[in-house]
Amino acid sequence: MIEAKVSEILNKYARDESSLIAMLQDLQEEYSYLPREALEQISREMGVPLSRILSLATFFRAFSLKPKGKHPIHVCLGTACHVRGGQLILEKFERELGIKTGETTSDLLFSLDAVRCLGCCGLAPVVMVGEEVHGKVTQTKVPVIIKKYKK
Amino acid sequence: MAVEKEKLYRIHLMVCAGTACVSNRAFEIKEALEKEIKRQGLENEVKVVTTGCNGFCERGPLMVVQPGNIFYQMLTVKEIPYLVEEHFLKGRPVKKLMYQPPEEKTPIPVLSEIQFFKKQVLVALRNRGLIDPEKIEDYIAQDGYKSLVKALTQMTPEEIIHEVTISGLRGRGGAGFPTGLKWQLVRNAPSPDGEKYIVCNGDEGDPGAYMDRSILEADPHTVIEGMLIGAKAIGATKGFIYVRNEYPLAVKRILIAIDQARDYGLLGHDILGTGFNFDIRVVRGAGAFVCGEETALIASIEGRLGEPRPRPPYPAEKGLWGKPTCINNVETWANIPVIIDRGGKWFASIGTPTSKGTKVFSLVGKINNTGLVEVPMGITLREIIYDIGGGIPGGKKFKAVQTGGPSGGCIPAEKIDLPIDYESLTEAGSMMGSGGMVVMDEDTCMVDVARYFLSFTQDESCGKCTPCREGTKAMLDILTRITEGKGTEEDLSLLEELAYTVKETSLCGLGKTAPNPVLTTLRYFRDEYITHIRDKKCPAHVCRQLNVYTIDPQICLEKGHGCDVCRRNCASEAIIGAKGEAHKIDQSKCIKCGVCYEVCNFGAVKVD
Repeated sequence: MIEAKVSEILNKYARDESSLIAMLQDLQEEYSYLPREALEQISREMGVPLSRILSLATFFRAFSLKPKGKHPIHVCLGTACHVRGGQLILEKFERELGIKTGETTSDLLFSLDAVRCLGCCGLAPVVMVGEEVHGKVTQTKVPVIIKKYKK
Repeated sequence: MAVEKEKLYRIHLMVCAGTACVSNRAFEIKEALEKEIKRQGLENEVKVVTTGCNGFCERGPLMVVQPGNIFYQMLTVKEIPYLVEEHFLKGRPVKKLMYQPPEEKTPIPVLSEIQFFKKQVLVALRNRGLIDPEKIEDYIAQDGYKSLVKALTQMTPEEIIHEVTISGLRGRGGAGFPTGLKWQLVRNAPSPDGEKYIVCNGDEGDPGAYMDRSILEADPHTVIEGMLIGAKAIGATKGFIYVRNEYPLAVKRILIAIDQARDYGLLGHDILGTGFNFDIRVVRGAGAFVCGEETALIASIEGRLGEPRPRPPYPAEKGLWGKPTCINNVETWANIPVIIDRGGKWFASIGTPTSKGTKVFSLVGKINNTGLVEVPMGITLREIIYDIGGGIPGGKKFKAVQTGGPSGGCIPAEKIDLPIDYESLTEAGSMMGSGGMVVMDEDTCMVDVARYFLSFTQDESCGKCTPCREGTKAMLDILTRITEGKGTEEDLSLLEELAYTVKETSLCGLGKTAPNPVLTTLRYFRDEYITHIRDKKCPAHVCRQLNVYTIDPQICLEKGHGCDVCRRNCASEAIIGAKGEAHKIDQSKCIKCGVCYEVCNFGAVKVD
């Protein structure tokens, strides 16, 4: 199944080497991480060393080599969020979910990451769950947000 | 192409659908409006239009009624039926949904009368709130692509470059390089096969800045038009728009705009029958701050690691795939159509002798009117913070403003009358940067701010050159020690020495500017560093390792009747006391998360 998907992505970009990053982005979007076998297939079919693909996969923040949760949580630590207490919000999520930043819960429901500015500083501090933005978050709102996605 | 005849409406409701308003449920407001308009039989008279960011993000969700320019704010679905009936059926605007400045008794109905908008001069953001960004017809109706027609049919490349040169426009992405000069350099640069490229840098990585996002979301065609004009001027046939991956809405809207422009024959082959060819590809960033640096950005478009390389050669000579490449930022491109339309002289009449035109700032942090503002260069900080921004919330004292993101610095309150232009900001130790303006009040710790920015640049350092990779790490270690109360006074001189070394010897702009937040805070707020070191105290109570939380038993009992809310919310079971009794914090268990301070409604929790 992964093999067919990878072929589809390779064809979409006509196996053009300058589109490697875009290919990885499509993969990441599809699987919420970059499966090892998919990277090996890209390397094989494009004749690009796996080390080069892995260097891209680990350099850019958008990529993950481990599966992310069904609801990826991104806590903004941009400047505006920082001065309005974003770090405390992040730590509250860590405690509530029982995981550290960068990790995924064992039921694969949530993953927690810090991001640098989501560009809605007017609503600081901001948390993004999936595609949904939550603004003016307080520590007491954190359990409420988590509960919303547990259903 | 046949354009369908648009139906005419009596009233247009311009609902803001920028990212901030969308997260404030703007689409629910839009649905409720449409439902109610239909229910009240007004669907042939009133039309709901979704626009890009209006700028006054603090007050979302927002809507402007046209004609009349009536500004409604903080809308809720519940109030929509009443609003539709009163205003659009009975013709009585609803006062309680209008903006009322704090400390004033009457609301202000008209948008242009509101202080936040009054002092703004819109050039790059001229179409904000006026058009549906997903409709090219709306852009054309506002004279969109008129400048392109002029540039393609009436101007030579030299005339275009001349107009941009006399406008005095300088790069809005940070460094402030004169745009006309850059175009001339790219035009003059020889290309082995004649190919040259245009790049729009939308890798807006500075935390606290979101004007590029807003322009791409609210008015994508202005960027396309600007790039087309630039392409004609320098002789390019291919363009790239590099957008941050974190901006899905901006990516979506620019892709729609490109498709529409192709359908209208404004992109592609033989544009407007003039024989001119140009097309644009969108490249999504993959989350690396350093890719905002032009040589790293080029590497990333080519599908390589986003690492910078030494300059020269500059991209103007050797850019994408080794060919001459013109890179300008989103806001710079957005200014181009206006300069061609109204003339470089007109643009140069705004601003100061060295900084012409306007600049968009995102005004965020500890400020009443958070949002996006476009102001003439040379305006003072005071006007931005107090007249437009409405001052500091909660009657707190203004302490500093941070401009230029992680590359910039902190400007202290005593410099509040500083005029905002490239030179005076640099002189104050900061920089224009992309236009982030983070306001800080007495509750902000400047040592923590320096540590914050350093942790950012340290984290984002690509690791290629040693001064940036190791130097920022060493500086961060010192700053962290100080915020934990473990610093020494010798640390400060070491910090300064490291800062100057990193600044002078780093390979690219990231490292060269990374020490700025540290240097400016050391320059203006040295006493705060000293307090952290000598007294082991953080005057703003931000550095948590230095905080001690206590509960005033008297207030807890008398005002709060031992309400127990703090104990139930405590993360580490550090609060002792039963409901109805005065509560107490066990310091050995306290993790200093401050949640008790946040939830106490009686002010019984103290922090020292």
